[in-house]
Amino acid sequence: MQQVIFALLGLITLGAAVMVAASRSLLRSALWLILSFLGIAGIYILLQAEFLAVVQVLVYVGAIATLIIFAIMLSRNVMDPKEPRFNDQWGLAGGFAALLFVVLAAIVTRVHWPISGAPAPPDAITRLGMDFVGAYAVPFEVASVLLVVAMIGAIIIARERDR
Amino acid sequence: MIPLPAVEGLPLPTVEGVPLTWYLLLAAGLFCIGIVAALARRNAIGVLMGIELMLNAVNINLIAFWRYGVTSVMTGQVFAVFVITVAAAEAAVGLALIIGVYRQRRTVTVEDLDLMKG
Repeated sequence: MQQVIFALLGLITLGAAVMVAASRSLLRSALWLILSFLGIAGIYILLQAEFLAVVQVLVYVGAIATLIIFAIMLSRNVMDPKEPRFNDQWGLAGGFAALLFVVLAAIVTRVHWPISGAPAPPDAITRLGMDFVGAYAVPFEVASVLLVVAMIGAIIIARERDR
Repeated sequence: MIPLPAVEGLPLPTVEGVPLTWYLLLAAGLFCIGIVAALARRNAIGVLMGIELMLNAVNINLIAFWRYGVTSVMTGQVFAVFVITVAAAEAAVGLALIIGVYRQRRTVTVEDLDLMKG
């Protein structure tokens, strides 16, 4: 059963990702990207990381995809859909990516990963919260500073300047 | 591919029927598709979407290793949250840059942005 669900979610995720890379219209690419993000959220649930699945939907589907669609709409009528969507080096990039996948697949399938086989703890979210205020308190604060800096920077960069 | 024999004493590398390798292969495939989108797309927003796919592939790996490793230690999930934070910051700044470039140059095609070319 789990294998069937994994196969379905994996197909959705990878198929949507291929459409993101190959779609002629950028707006359709963004919509396929949302489907891919949702498939990944399903993978997280399959891995019993419920908190990460919710964060994935909130941050990626809710915020980043919306931001990307806004950016596409703000810069519309620039890309003619009849123009090529890939640059000259698409063959090189595709070959390189295929080679990388073959190498990664060879490594991943040959290494014997040591696994514990332990079940996911029922209080995983509590542990995650305790880690954020305990062992990882400083990185957590740095991440919040990073978000504030990124927000201020984005506002300054995208602001309309007086000419 | 010749699978290595299972080491004695270790349980088979599978949780509820799905081996860890499947998740790693899925993440590798997603990463490579993201590389194609990031390197070959002409539109700068398409490049950003490829980078988002690559970051998501990394997160799948982190959480798969958490689930198949010592699940009582939450480091895998903690790092995935940090990756999502950095991805959000990167998307915000990257899209702001694209909007800024579009205002100045009226283009978001990567090839036309060669101002710094020597």
